[in-house]
Amino acid sequence: MAGVQVANVSRSFGAHKALDDVSIDFADGGFYALLGPSGSGKTTLLRQIAGFDFPDSGRIAIGGESVERVPVEKRRIGMVFQNYALFPNMSVADNVAFGLSVRGEPKATIATEVQRALDLVQLGKLGGRKPHQLSGGQRQRVALARAIVTKPRVLLLDEPLGALDKALRVDMQIELKRIQREIGITTIFVTHDQEEALTMSDRIGILRDGRLVQEGPPEEIYDRPESEFAATFLGDANIFRGNATGSGIKLPDGTTIAASTGASVPAGAKASCAVRPERIRITTGAAKPDPANANMLRGQVSKRIFAGNNSTYFVDRDGQTLKVIVQNTGAERLAEGQPVVLSWSPDSTVLIAAA
Amino acid sequence: MADQLAIGSRRGLRPALPLLLPAYLWLTVAIFLPLSAMVFFSFMTDLPLAGKEWAFTLGNYAAFFSQSLYSTLLFASLRLGLEVTLWCVVIGYPAAYVLAKVLKGRSREAIFLLVILPFWSNGLVRIFSWAMVLREGGILDTALNAVLPFKINIDLMYSYPAVIIGLVHSYVPYMVLTCYLTLQAIDDSLIEAGRSLGASRRQVLWRVIIPLSMPGLIAGAALIFVPVVGSFMEPRILGGRTGTFYGTVIEDQFVAVFNWPLGAALSFILLAVVLIILALAAPVLRKAA
Repeated sequence: MAGVQVANVSRSFGAHKALDDVSIDFADGGFYALLGPSGSGKTTLLRQIAGFDFPDSGRIAIGGESVERVPVEKRRIGMVFQNYALFPNMSVADNVAFGLSVRGEPKATIATEVQRALDLVQLGKLGGRKPHQLSGGQRQRVALARAIVTKPRVLLLDEPLGALDKALRVDMQIELKRIQREIGITTIFVTHDQEEALTMSDRIGILRDGRLVQEGPPEEIYDRPESEFAATFLGDANIFRGNATGSGIKLPDGTTIAASTGASVPAGAKASCAVRPERIRITTGAAKPDPANANMLRGQVSKRIFAGNNSTYFVDRDGQTLKVIVQNTGAERLAEGQPVVLSWSPDSTVLIAAA
Repeated sequence: MADQLAIGSRRGLRPALPLLLPAYLWLTVAIFLPLSAMVFFSFMTDLPLAGKEWAFTLGNYAAFFSQSLYSTLLFASLRLGLEVTLWCVVIGYPAAYVLAKVLKGRSREAIFLLVILPFWSNGLVRIFSWAMVLREGGILDTALNAVLPFKINIDLMYSYPAVIIGLVHSYVPYMVLTCYLTLQAIDDSLIEAGRSLGASRRQVLWRVIIPLSMPGLIAGAALIFVPVVGSFMEPRILGGRTGTFYGTVIEDQFVAVFNWPLGAALSFILLAVVLIILALAAPVLRKAA
């Protein structure tokens, strides 16, 4: 096992900058998600770490050893591909044995290691099958067993759950996490699914247009996004734009919003505030000042979406539509068109410097 | 697959008949009838033309076994077929690989055109142009002597290598095309998966790419081997005196000696031998594929 250091890595394809001075430190044994929309460079970064492609500049180290010019087959990595990439002409056991066999391990060792790997992914009895006789989830497990049987230093996963249906995906998320903990391997996971990134990883790196936008534990990125993009890409957020006041922002219509977390922005500079929809209280009737929920706005419910355990209210306010998520506590539901008061705490308000 | 066929047959063949009829009518008229006539001829003493006397005989088939010349020539032709097929693999497979996996877009189209160009030229023109290249004082001889500081004599004309060169040239596009199709169907991520598991490029080639492209190699080999064993044009024109093969002997029976019954019998023996070879190879090939 080993950590992975990516330092100032850039890679261009023609005029397109796929990676632009990206630096991330992946600590030994951690589970990382690289999250971003398509074209953000997350897969390019994974391919640089794997060694399928070399960076134009910058440094990549696995376990402290510089590898940026080392070809993939010498990097001792394990990789799971989006389409699994199982060898269709080989049985499940031969697929898993491939990495050991090209290394020239003795037959007996290969057999025991393959069986152990298949048992780990709970496919111990399917070694004789061909890949086309397996379901999507089983193929996924074979691909994982094949990638870890060689005891790689780092496990790379390229949107491995993308092709599975939702229920199976949740199962595999748990399973993948279990296996990762069991063998303690440094894992880097590329996904565009923010929920997957939040639930599975110890740390998340958000990429956009080839640049690293923010990196940190899921809770930290969710609670203290450093950019509007991070706030809206990971989870949902209401964004207010205005000028910084020193303790929040002042909107163009004169309303002030107090923020006690996030960046410090000099007064007068352009800034924005992000508030998560579930942090906002929605009430009817006269607004009562409440120090715990000092931020207060009036609006009108324009739409309600009922989702069982919660409801999402869309509230129109001065040309802006705000989102509020309310847990289903059995309380009276608000009708569309109803005037409401929204209030929330400055602690739930993140100040973001303008880009 | 079996289920789909079952459903198809339950609906009956009748709706499919108008679609099948033209092809089968054509096959019947153009192949089955003439071939049946040839089978018939092969058991006759002489052609039933111009009031000649004829009778049924097995003598034409017996001739093959009584005269060692025919079996010697058949072996020479089988060897020729094997050698030409081998050269087509050696030359065609790498080209197909580059076409399928390395080149993209325009350059691929251009190279592809060069590969199938021989298909568009007349076979006879192709062979005679090789004759111009290979003979003493020909294009190859002159060009090499113009470049090399010492005098060499290249006269490949009327030799076994000339026959091989001509045949490989004619048939290599089949190998390129069949291999190209199977190679192109191999997902690039399989190659990447192999390398991520620690396999060198060579190991990936032998363990992943070649096994997966086996169907193309086999189809190409069958498409080349069978006609080359019976070929007569290239051996006759490029081989001269050394170019006597089973195919040229059959041709002689039809165009020179006018012994059609013997020519027909020799053809069917060839057909039988080729079918036996393919049948024997089938289990091995199926496993490899």
